[in-house]
Amino acid sequence: MTDLLTLAGVHTHIGRYHILHGVDFVVPEGQTTMLLGRNGAGKTSTLRTIMGLWQASAGQITLDGQRIETSATPDIARLGVGYVPESMAVFSDLTVKENLVLAARDGPLDEARLEWIFGFFPALRRFWLSRAGALSGGQKQMLSIARAIVEPRKLLLIDEPTKGLAPAIVVALIECFAEIKRRGATILLVEQNFHAAQAIGDSVLVMDNGRIVHRGEMAALAGDVALQERLLGLSLETHQ
Amino acid sequence: MTDLAASEALPQPKRDLLPVLLPVILALAMLPLIGSGSSWVTLTVASLAMGMMIFIMASGLTLVFGLMDVLNFGHGAFIAVGAYVATLVLLPLAPYVQADSLWLNLAVLAPAALAAMAVSGALGLVVERVLILPVYGQHLKQILMTTGGLIVAEQALYALWGPQIIPLPLPTSLRGSFIIGEVAIAKYRLLAMLVGLVVFCGIQLVLNRTKIGLLIRAGVENREMVEALGYRIRRLFLGVFMVGSGLAGLGGVMWALYREQVHASMGNDLTVLVFIVVIIGGLGSIGGCFIGALLVAMVANYGGFLVPKLALVSNILLMVAILMWRPRGLYAVTSR
Amino acid sequence: MKILSGDPPRSRVLSILLVAIIAALAVAPFVFPGAKAMNVATKICIFAALVASYDLLLGYTGSVSFAHTMFYGIGSYSVAIALYSMGPSWAAVAVGVVTGLPLAMLLALAIGLFSLRVEAIFFAMITLAVASAFLVLASQLSWLTGGEDGRSFQLPELLRPGTVLIPKDWFGFAVNGRVLTYYLIFIACAAMILALLRVVNSPFGRVLQAIRENRFRAEALGFRTVFHLTYANCLAALVAASAGMLNALWLRYAGPDTSLSFAIMLDILLMVVIGGMGTIYGAIVGATIFILAQNYLQALMGAASNAAAEAGLPLLPGLLHPDRWLLWLGLLFIASVYFFPTGVVGRLRNPKRETI
Repeated sequence: MTDLLTLAGVHTHIGRYHILHGVDFVVPEGQTTMLLGRNGAGKTSTLRTIMGLWQASAGQITLDGQRIETSATPDIARLGVGYVPESMAVFSDLTVKENLVLAARDGPLDEARLEWIFGFFPALRRFWLSRAGALSGGQKQMLSIARAIVEPRKLLLIDEPTKGLAPAIVVALIECFAEIKRRGATILLVEQNFHAAQAIGDSVLVMDNGRIVHRGEMAALAGDVALQERLLGLSLETHQ
Repeated sequence: MTDLAASEALPQPKRDLLPVLLPVILALAMLPLIGSGSSWVTLTVASLAMGMMIFIMASGLTLVFGLMDVLNFGHGAFIAVGAYVATLVLLPLAPYVQADSLWLNLAVLAPAALAAMAVSGALGLVVERVLILPVYGQHLKQILMTTGGLIVAEQALYALWGPQIIPLPLPTSLRGSFIIGEVAIAKYRLLAMLVGLVVFCGIQLVLNRTKIGLLIRAGVENREMVEALGYRIRRLFLGVFMVGSGLAGLGGVMWALYREQVHASMGNDLTVLVFIVVIIGGLGSIGGCFIGALLVAMVANYGGFLVPKLALVSNILLMVAILMWRPRGLYAVTSR
Repeated sequence: MKILSGDPPRSRVLSILLVAIIAALAVAPFVFPGAKAMNVATKICIFAALVASYDLLLGYTGSVSFAHTMFYGIGSYSVAIALYSMGPSWAAVAVGVVTGLPLAMLLALAIGLFSLRVEAIFFAMITLAVASAFLVLASQLSWLTGGEDGRSFQLPELLRPGTVLIPKDWFGFAVNGRVLTYYLIFIACAAMILALLRVVNSPFGRVLQAIRENRFRAEALGFRTVFHLTYANCLAALVAASAGMLNALWLRYAGPDTSLSFAIMLDILLMVVIGGMGTIYGAIVGATIFILAQNYLQALMGAASNAAAEAGLPLLPGLLHPDRWLLWLGLLFIASVYFFPTGVVGRLRNPKRETI
């Protein structure tokens, strides 16, 4: 099993603030890697740095054998990376259809793939021609994820998809991720919802203060409550 | 995708039509104040024509600001340059301009307008690369650099053409008015309205029905996300900037014909009006720009009729009033 | 050092330059007694203060305002109108000062508070619009302002050129009312610049700089940025208005072209950028360079333009024509913003290339 994504000694500065202090990890191909940590630990910053939205001030990022730490965001996206930001970032003024048309850069929308997406997120079919700004929070999240998977991608970077969503929708998301995983996608997922994390995570990385402080198998962490409390300050069970 | 076409629409949020009503309300409110019906029609037509011309000039600026987050204080230079280029075409071809045939006149006006747009657009390329790209993202320096650009451009125009006012007579077939009952409607004003509407519809078509338009609309909302979807949107910026400059050039030609004169300082004079329109409309909103232009033109015309001394001040008051109501302009689009 | 509020020039060349400028200005009436030279010297004094007040806004709080000439104009006109309507007396001068300063401050307050309601991005554009409207207003209210022709008036007796205070045969130099006026202006401007130096080097000034760097952070740190920005606006307006009053006293005239025109606003911008933003000293250097160039460079350009015309070169005569000197200043301005963002003062202080 190869490593699709590798970070080595990555530092990021935002203005004068030193956010990432030498981040090292690998994301194995075909697996789902969870990125956990307290608020402010640097999880979102890591995703943004990988995506090129912030430029790493030091270190190396390798995607599928290619160095990308100095690449521009559009070029990184075109290497087959899909990004679902924490803020969802749906284009409110565009319709659901237009949002997806924009995301499908390699050609027209694939009907079969769309049907598959509607299977998880029927709301997108219902509100196909509606302005994305009028959707509910959960529906926007579905749209944001749909944008990232409307075409096959090598790597998906997903930032806290279940935050603030109703349990029923969380279930739909988990099913969707499981299915994507089954189709062979590689996912790097930042998530605070333990059940979701446990359901689909294969390996886990824990961040604190801009560094990786733990790497291991999801199953191992899930079974060790003491370890959870030490790393995250609480047991994942209680933190929903 | 037949089942998709028949999908239901969400109850749309109440469409924000209040700003659209503003010009209508203003126009109607002026009727009793002006008194005479025929004067009102003349002034309203003048407002519509002037509004269209200002819209053409301002549309480029609002798109550039909304999409690229670039404050171009030198926008007036494109307006003046467009007007001067038009004189290069129209003055040598005076016989065609003076001929009393609509087709001959248009045959000369069209190349003049196209030449003006081309040169302004090319100047836009130079300005974007030389003045704006080096200080991208730094508003303060953008303002300073582009203000410097405006100074240099105006002085260059003086150096090339001299400080005198160059008369630019209207083509013969466009002089005069259509008389309908008691009302005189100037022919050129009709042409101006037509061109303005064509530009407005053209922009709306591109924005709403093409992929580039999709990119622009998405980019105005969230540039980062568009890049994260794999689009090198910065290349689009240059294109939009050039189109915006070209449109300013077109506006300059039309304004020069309206006033029948060209002068190097016209860029400066119109810059303030264009800024007011862009602020009122909301940065990045074409619809807001359109309504803003109409309102500004109305205030200038009705105000000029009712209280001639206070025309520009009335526009400031209009701007203040609208900003009190909606601090980001009539239709605030960008997520910034 | 205390008089400079702990903010010395920090560069030998700059210190020498400043000393030379100030010394030249101090003895100008005796060493350069001609009318033109005196006008140049006075203008340098007044603009040094005016530009320094603008530097407070641009260089220290980071806000670009195009309305600064409004305050300058208010000062000029209030003194001019008072002396015109009330006759030449010190009482009239006092009335002018007492109406002009509060008016300028109120206007600054209004603009400052209004700008808080709208996006910062709008601020520059709004000030441009307001300044234009003010100019139009001044031209239109001709019953008050004299319209396009402005207001001429006579000075109080002490300040008039005809008043001889020390006759010519005393050391060979005559000291008349004009010289007295000059020194009044020189000392007042020097005092205002020193006061501005004190302000920017006080804790208040440091907060202004913090706001310029990152307004949100300053707010988060607990500073009420509203207060600071408004205070800075008002202070700058007061100094600008004072400069305007002095200008009116020197010219014995106030009109749209000498106190309100957009050209003056651009001149201020050019001076502050070329001299060096955020330094206060830059105002002195910038004003000197600009005004000397404006008065003496044009003669040079005229000669060059004629030479080019005689040599039959295309374009060049037009570009070098003395009326086009603003073209070259504009190019210098653009180059300054990009290559020397810290201006002459910044370059003299730190010869290494700075990346701003």
